[in-house]
Amino acid sequence: MSTLTMSKALNEGLRRALEDDPKVLIMGEDVGRLGGVFRVTDGLQKDFGEQRVFNTPLAESGIVGTAVGLALRGYRPVCEIQFDGFVYPAYDQIVSQVAKIHYRSGGLVRLPIVIRIPYGGGIGAVEHHSESPEAYFVHTPGLRVVSCSNPVDAYWMIQQAIRTDDPVIFFEPKSRYWEKEEVDTTGTLADAYPLFASRVVRRAPAGRSAQATLIAYGPTVRTALHAAQVAADEGRELEVIDLRSLSPLDLAPVYDSVRRTGRAIVVHEASRTGGLGAEIASRVTEECFYSLEAPVLRVTGYDIPYPPARLEDEFLPTLDRVLDAVDRSEKW
Amino acid sequence: MLDGQAALGGALDPPTAPASAGHETGEPEFVQLLTPDGKRLTHPEYDVEFTDDELRDLYRDMVVVRRLDAEGTALQRQGELALWASLSGQEAAQVGSGRALRPQDMVFPTYREHGVLYCRGIDPIKPFVLFRGVAHGGIDPNEHKFNMYTIVVGAQTLHATGYAMGVALDGKVGGDDGEAVLAYFGDGASSQGDVNESFVWASVFQAPIVFFCQNNQYAISTPVERQTRRALVHRASGFGFPGVRVDGNDVLACYAVTRRALDEARHGQGPYLIEACTYRMGPHTTSDDPTRYRTASEVETWQGRDPILRLRRHLESRGLADDAFFDEVAADAARQAVELRERVLAMPDPQPMDMFNHVYVEGSPDLEAQREEFARYLAAFASEGPAMAAEQTGGGRHR
Repeated sequence: MSTLTMSKALNEGLRRALEDDPKVLIMGEDVGRLGGVFRVTDGLQKDFGEQRVFNTPLAESGIVGTAVGLALRGYRPVCEIQFDGFVYPAYDQIVSQVAKIHYRSGGLVRLPIVIRIPYGGGIGAVEHHSESPEAYFVHTPGLRVVSCSNPVDAYWMIQQAIRTDDPVIFFEPKSRYWEKEEVDTTGTLADAYPLFASRVVRRAPAGRSAQATLIAYGPTVRTALHAAQVAADEGRELEVIDLRSLSPLDLAPVYDSVRRTGRAIVVHEASRTGGLGAEIASRVTEECFYSLEAPVLRVTGYDIPYPPARLEDEFLPTLDRVLDAVDRSEKW
Repeated sequence: MLDGQAALGGALDPPTAPASAGHETGEPEFVQLLTPDGKRLTHPEYDVEFTDDELRDLYRDMVVVRRLDAEGTALQRQGELALWASLSGQEAAQVGSGRALRPQDMVFPTYREHGVLYCRGIDPIKPFVLFRGVAHGGIDPNEHKFNMYTIVVGAQTLHATGYAMGVALDGKVGGDDGEAVLAYFGDGASSQGDVNESFVWASVFQAPIVFFCQNNQYAISTPVERQTRRALVHRASGFGFPGVRVDGNDVLACYAVTRRALDEARHGQGPYLIEACTYRMGPHTTSDDPTRYRTASEVETWQGRDPILRLRRHLESRGLADDAFFDEVAADAARQAVELRERVLAMPDPQPMDMFNHVYVEGSPDLEAQREEFARYLAAFASEGPAMAAEQTGGGRHR
């Protein structure tokens, strides 16, 4: 057991993936000597050499497009996109090529590519450095999309993503990079919690029933847990589910919870319209229609471009906004 | 023999306006080994000795790929293909470069390289699968050393570059058995960011790749002047690697420059750009109408530079082939075309449930649920009687 930040846990996970499979490559802007702007690849070039961990030219389409070619050649490239707002130049390669080549080939070609994207706000950054573009990728068949929310998951999920024979978009909540947790790195991947599965991260204590289900992923998991703690202090129990996998969605635990609580609230930083919350609300309504005591509510970023950093606390889902939604749900 | 280092417009007739970019510094020289009237030239840097058999084989290849291509156009006109992208006019560029490949080399085509595909020994029905709408064109790239067609213009050049980087990582450069990658693109694609990024990547990683630009003068209707002020071959020097302009209607020159560029790449000399000046004799695809944007006289000018005719003239002038040979080649091509046509017409439609296959290697419960939903929907028709059920699986539903 060691105490690791999420950034370091990702770093350790990448290190282990490089050790386990000589075909794993790490490529991106500044991932070499600098170790990436968030230091997630710190020390990896020094230990694994410039052939396996290398800086690329500054062009995101080039990063992803050449990763496709490397994958065709039998490599397992792990691409780093420096910030969420800079993934768009690679969007064509991701959507039209990465997502579709296996299908286009009738199953003959596999593209085991991982595209890591630090995402989300709350770090006081300038424009284009705080976005949550996950829905664009979730909407694209052929891609798998996951997001870690804590160091333990980060350590295992990045390794599992690299082992996956499908392309994986791996979202890292940058506001959580520096949060620490005890991580047991001695286990094996086979024993790790499945990558494409959600997890109940807070249940009502035995003998008490929860009054609402909070559904979160990435940066908002901690917000939801915090809200649940405050609610518990006030005598109300909330269940919290960390989705972890955004495509495919694993909603069975959500349905199970909502059938008991009758209330569901989805929490994400991304803008509301057409976001994950809409999909989850739709599916929960289909599956839990007779159990619902209120419509599924969403606590999200608003439908505006990401605001200047001095306003981001008003934009992002906060503890109070989550609790407000719980109140609204209960009073429905 | 004459000196083949001619300027475009020297050994050839002067091209009409849209056929040559308005270059500030004049036309760059281009490599030509066979003039339109069939004269064999030599070149100090790019030349290859061809045996008589090789010359006859190149002729046969070009005739066959033109004939198979014509079948594609005909099948589309008869409603048997949704679309066809004709290679007509570009036979020399494709056969010359395609035959210059060594077995270990890898090809990344656009959607028009039916001639290269043929030279690779791949069943020529593959593009017809794509254009008939039966499948997206599944070719195993590693079996054939030929990637699937890429329809997004220019995207494949990055895949080719990454693949070439992988070749280098594998240590497969540096000797005669080294591997090289041949990436095709067109004059329109030269404006795409992906193509320019692939030049950057290939250059700084010293990747074993040859970029083969078939400058067929038009991106659908847009002439090459709207893509570039200077000849495309000049792009190479800015990115830091050699470039050569070649008469794209001269199969010998295309072969020679491609062989040389691939050999340099496989020996670790890094990337190479080839600009093959050619002309798309037909429409962009069967959906296009080139009479709206180019003149009959321009087309006629390029007919005078026909790639097949010039090799025929050369073979005839040297007594390397007689009428019996030419007749036999034409019959061979016709036979292959008939066979291809029959196979295209016999191609079964995919089954409705097939559309859910191969989205993911490792499957998806979400998608599985949708597959089951669709299966239940189909089954509902089956319960209404066999006639309806047959319609459901036979593609006879209303659309």
